[in-house]
Amino acid sequence: MRTLDAMLARVATFAIDGIDPRHVWVEVDIRGGLPAFTIVGLGDAAVRESRDRVRSAISNSGFDFPQTRITANLAPAFLRKVGPGFDAALALGVLAASGQVPADALDAYAVFGELSLSGDLRDSPGALAVAEGARRAGLERLIVPRERAREAALVGGLEIAGVSSLRAAAEVLAGGALPPLPEVGAGLGGISGVAGATSEPDLADVRGHAAPLLALEIAAAGGHNLLFEGAPGTGKTMLARRIPSILPAMSRAEAIEVTRIHSIAGLHAAGLVGARPFRAPHHTISAAGLVGGGSPPRPGEATLAHHGVLFLDELAEFQRSSLDALRQPLEDGCVTIVRGQRALVFPTRFMLVGATNPCPCGFAGVGDRCNCGEADLRRHSRRLSGPLLDRMDLLINVERPTEPELRAPAQTSSARARERVARARERQRFRLTGHGARCNGEMDARAVRRHVRLEDAADSALAQAYVVGALSARGRHRVLRVAQTIADLSGHGRVTHADLLTALSLRQRGDADTTLAA
Amino acid sequence: MSERACDTCLARSWLVGRLAGHLEAARGRVDQVLALEDDALIVAIGGREKARLEREFETLDVDEVRRRAGGAGVDTVCVCDPGYPSGLRALPAPPAVLYVRGRADLLLGEAVAIVGSRKASMYGLDVARSLGRELAVAGLTVVSGMAHGIDSAAHAGALDAGMPTVAVLPGPANRPYPAGKRGLHRRIVAQGVAVSEIVPGTNVWRWMFPARNRIIAALAAMTVVVEAGERSGSLVTARLAHAIGRPVGAVPGRVTTPQAKGSNLLLASGGASVVLGAQDVLDHLFGAGERTAGPARPPAPAELRPLLDAIAEGHETAAALARAGFEPDRGLAALAELELGGFVRRGAGGRFRIAP
Repeated sequence: MRTLDAMLARVATFAIDGIDPRHVWVEVDIRGGLPAFTIVGLGDAAVRESRDRVRSAISNSGFDFPQTRITANLAPAFLRKVGPGFDAALALGVLAASGQVPADALDAYAVFGELSLSGDLRDSPGALAVAEGARRAGLERLIVPRERAREAALVGGLEIAGVSSLRAAAEVLAGGALPPLPEVGAGLGGISGVAGATSEPDLADVRGHAAPLLALEIAAAGGHNLLFEGAPGTGKTMLARRIPSILPAMSRAEAIEVTRIHSIAGLHAAGLVGARPFRAPHHTISAAGLVGGGSPPRPGEATLAHHGVLFLDELAEFQRSSLDALRQPLEDGCVTIVRGQRALVFPTRFMLVGATNPCPCGFAGVGDRCNCGEADLRRHSRRLSGPLLDRMDLLINVERPTEPELRAPAQTSSARARERVARARERQRFRLTGHGARCNGEMDARAVRRHVRLEDAADSALAQAYVVGALSARGRHRVLRVAQTIADLSGHGRVTHADLLTALSLRQRGDADTTLAA
Repeated sequence: MSERACDTCLARSWLVGRLAGHLEAARGRVDQVLALEDDALIVAIGGREKARLEREFETLDVDEVRRRAGGAGVDTVCVCDPGYPSGLRALPAPPAVLYVRGRADLLLGEAVAIVGSRKASMYGLDVARSLGRELAVAGLTVVSGMAHGIDSAAHAGALDAGMPTVAVLPGPANRPYPAGKRGLHRRIVAQGVAVSEIVPGTNVWRWMFPARNRIIAALAAMTVVVEAGERSGSLVTARLAHAIGRPVGAVPGRVTTPQAKGSNLLLASGGASVVLGAQDVLDHLFGAGERTAGPARPPAPAELRPLLDAIAEGHETAAALARAGFEPDRGLAALAELELGGFVRRGAGGRFRIAP
């Protein structure tokens, strides 16, 4: 094919910016000249290398790679484009500009995916976000790698062509029938990790831990952040892992949001994420790793835990800067990352679960086994204190279960606990609708004053706790939030004396330190 | 602000501060050195600086020392003053001037020293705090050194009861030492008094700790050691109290706790009488039964008694109590009730202890 006339083709695709899709046009211009293939438009190294993949993929798929001057532009030019997901769009652009596929057919399509040298379309992260972008842009059809077809199909109103090669994509464009979505299961499109599925950790596996189980249920019912305290190996992580199993199931909108984020991060196999996320980053993580950052900005663990649980084991070992960075995500439910002229917003509505040793040696209070001095304890509690602890409504002490407890039958199961939690959440939703909070854990001081009603005996116990110095003003609100959740769990209209006392016993020690003098 | 100290005493006090670094070298025999007259002191430890020190001492402007004290917000009481605590005169080398931040009159009251380990156990801290509280309520002034651990717990006990307390500091009275005790220092100064023999503006040296201990021992009618390791400074306080004929008591500690080894050995050697509570101190000072510690706490409500007993038997955590047959939800509520009533305390690791 030799012509002096310029040939131009345009293919719609999407770049992932943070966790949002941005419309990108791949323009391919072919004109006479010495053979050359240049890509412009602020691409990263993976985009530059795309030239070689596209050239080989086209040749190996039985097409001709035009031996002329080819210029490809990724527009808009100011947006940084990252990753190999533009390969398919570039290849189809070249084919359309050289007349090997019908260029006008491309108008209804968005194209997304990485190519291998042999012309296969490879699994690429972020298909759901791309599909959302395509629908928003008013496109009708989307070509994605076959592995991602079911995920992309979660977005309604789009016809999805899940193809496994460039050849197959060209056939679809030439008017061939859309390939059917892959079967559910077979490792392709299944709904992964449905809550209640057998592989999920379940409360039925827990032996002993009577008090922590109760506290866990309260935390889940009220959406309270919580802190586990206990020596290493007592079961803190085991318990934390089971929190998602008793949280209410995600709504479809929540599940799609989580799927989109996890897909972009390359975290999950395919289909709709069914179980609430559980993220447990190691304590060496940086602030950027925790809340997101880098260039280009990527979502951090806080965003990967969106709608789920963020578990920080050995809380005292985390860098101060990392923990401080969690302040905004905890307050606002999102984190804003500013890069140059732009600000990206990552959602971060997660339940925070921390775990820590009670003291540097781990044997706090066991008179002759603990050899931490006051200064050691002080240093330890200082490491823990600050804005983070302010957000922890519950303190749960975890101890090693005894031998008879390990042999005893399970006390509860996640299914039963989840039912109680769901009922308690229902009461909260009823009460809090229109007040900016979805559960008791999200109530601010104003909402606490407005919604928490105490029986007289509970009120006087609270006053007493305050007077004897067992509570700070801030701690008072925390206790009230928790007491309301306990009342919701037991179906009390008002917080009873016992509800309040239970809440008091689960309060944070930082509220009033009775052991360490001034 | 009274600045009552006389010129001679202030000059002496300035000299001790000026020689702080030299005294560090003579740390082993500080009490003997401090007993020397001014000129002899310069000769004994002045070293190569001797001539310069003599010149400085000759031309000293005492009012400048007064201004320094005034600027730091401390009063001065010298040994020539009738308001000087008479207990200190029993010392071989009483401090020439006391720098006082807070209520100087408290130094004249009947006082008990509570001292002990900086790395105390929870048990020791509990005991020190309740001793401090009960003795303060019984009308005695609690004296200690504001160090970490037992000292601070004793001060806090007195402050808890709304009573004043006396902190004898190793460095200047206006300077919290250790620095982490800033908050406690503020409360003590507001409600009681911080006192020191060191002129404001002087750095803290190691010799100042045993020197401070002699003031604690001399201010108090009795010294009680709560927990002391084998080489604890509070044993020095006990020895100094002994030396000037003041009674010494000690609280028995767990035999497995290294921080209590020194105090237990003190008891074993007969160097101290056994102190099980505030009443023992009162009996020792005023004769058996002459004065009684405050009324006992009202008993716990009957329905909470089994729980309280279980904790006393060593079921210290919620998990242990569940094992002993207490339902977790009712048990948690009952624990909070006991805590509010002041019957138990909650410590690190969620361990509940019987409040002493």
